[in-house]
Amino acid sequence: MNIYAIRVIYKYEMLRAWKTILQSFASPVISTVLYFVVFGAAIGSRIEQVEGVSYGAFIVPGLIMLALLTHSIANASFGIFFPKFTGTIYELLSAPISFFEIMVGYVGAAATKSFIIGLIILGTAGFFVPLEIAHPVWMFVFLILTCISFSLFGFIIGLWAIDFEKLQLIPLLVITPLVFLGGSFYTIDMLPPAWQTVTLFNPVVYLISGFRWSFFEVSDVSVWISLGMVLTFLLVCLVTVWWMFKSGYRLKQ
Amino acid sequence: MQTIVSISNLSKTYATGFRALNDVSLDIARGEILALLGPNGAGKTTLISIICGIVNASSGTVIVDGHNNVSDYRAARALIGLVPQELTLGAFDTVWNTLSFSRGLFGKKPNPAYLEQLLKDLSLWDKKDNLLMTLSGGMKRRVLIGKALSHQPSILFLDEPTAGVDVELRKDMWALVRRLRESGVTIILTTHYIEEAEEIADRVGVIHKGELLVVDDKLALMHKLGKRQLVIELEQAVDSIPATLSAWSLELSTDHMHLTYTYDPRNPEKGVANLLSAISDAGLLLKDVETSQSSLEDIFIDLVHAKS
Repeated sequence: MNIYAIRVIYKYEMLRAWKTILQSFASPVISTVLYFVVFGAAIGSRIEQVEGVSYGAFIVPGLIMLALLTHSIANASFGIFFPKFTGTIYELLSAPISFFEIMVGYVGAAATKSFIIGLIILGTAGFFVPLEIAHPVWMFVFLILTCISFSLFGFIIGLWAIDFEKLQLIPLLVITPLVFLGGSFYTIDMLPPAWQTVTLFNPVVYLISGFRWSFFEVSDVSVWISLGMVLTFLLVCLVTVWWMFKSGYRLKQ
Repeated sequence: MQTIVSISNLSKTYATGFRALNDVSLDIARGEILALLGPNGAGKTTLISIICGIVNASSGTVIVDGHNNVSDYRAARALIGLVPQELTLGAFDTVWNTLSFSRGLFGKKPNPAYLEQLLKDLSLWDKKDNLLMTLSGGMKRRVLIGKALSHQPSILFLDEPTAGVDVELRKDMWALVRRLRESGVTIILTTHYIEEAEEIADRVGVIHKGELLVVDDKLALMHKLGKRQLVIELEQAVDSIPATLSAWSLELSTDHMHLTYTYDPRNPEKGVANLLSAISDAGLLLKDVETSQSSLEDIFIDLVHAKS
């Protein structure tokens, strides 16, 4: 195992976040505060409790997931795309380092940044709504697994993208709609029966449901199904990254 | 010759269908400086990229000091340093950080004393805290060399190292290459500049359209493929070459004052002394003689044109 390589990649990526600290950490907090003001205070005060939870508190897990997903993908995809764009990727490809070590460095740093953002948002939410976490261990399990799996997904996008437009394509056109329609601001029960069925094809539903259960013991699907879906997604991403490095897809061809 | 890099039947066809390398085989000796010459698109960079692991080969094998560069890539790559053709550097890193990053990537623990000496050797020590985007092109080129040397490689690939650099820096680079060779580093450089190969290489290979046309000792190559010419200036113009000199394949200039003789110095019967004697016997008076030898550039052009 090339520990020094993992260390320098991780350090380099974390340093990049530190250099842009306002963009990396302050920006998601401001966005979340705005969501709380609009949905929690302005609209939420007119909505009754959802499954026994105040609406302001109900949307906290969804908002955290929204930030985690978008930032995990953005951090990891940009982290590996930028060396491709500038040409400095030659160093990674010619170094005695495996795909797994490259992945651990980049995805580890992206997941760490997302994890920190998740905790900051959680802390910020505490200023707006009273929060109780029923299952803190499960909460951390979902938090960490989501950070890692969506950072991996972002890493794949960064490897796949050949220009800045493609880098933004999937996060904007696929991820954002899936998160908004994945139950961030409502439960599936609130939808008409036909849309409830359609929603079950949205993988983000399982993430938010499991994460919300860890807070309030309220969920759309079983927590085990949620966990299984996250782990399956993680595995699919791992295999995809392995294949991309093995075949050299858009890297060594 | 003790081989440090052995390339066997290497071919590469890109997804576009372009065949960049065609069955290239080459052995590189430990401690030598090998110059790969070739026009644009000849396959030089593809060859280097495959050896270093940046591009997958379509077929063939590369063995680096006994290690297959695919199945035993860690050991193979650890021995290699690469200076790419383009000035591919991040903009917002400092010189020191980018060298530390490169060293770490190759699995070497931090060694500030070595990096300090390296930066001093490259005249970059006073720039160690500067952002890369503030450096001149020549300095960026030296940073790339520093990055390639940061993990103390045994083999250094220099892809067009002096492309676009001024004469002074080019000579500095040549001096650096010689110093590295003296320290035991094997150096493979690609270049457009024939004089670069002529100046510093031990052996020269010529690549054209993905094929290795020739690889040989630089002097042997110039000796084998190079031409020597003797230009004889006569005291008086002659109408034609005397029949007694017909065996020498002389050429008469348009002013009828000069005879040009292209010869092989290894053939004593057709040597210069015998020719001069024959000219004297034919009754011609000499005013002056001048010899010339074809350069590596002439050889390169002849080879490439012959192949085309």
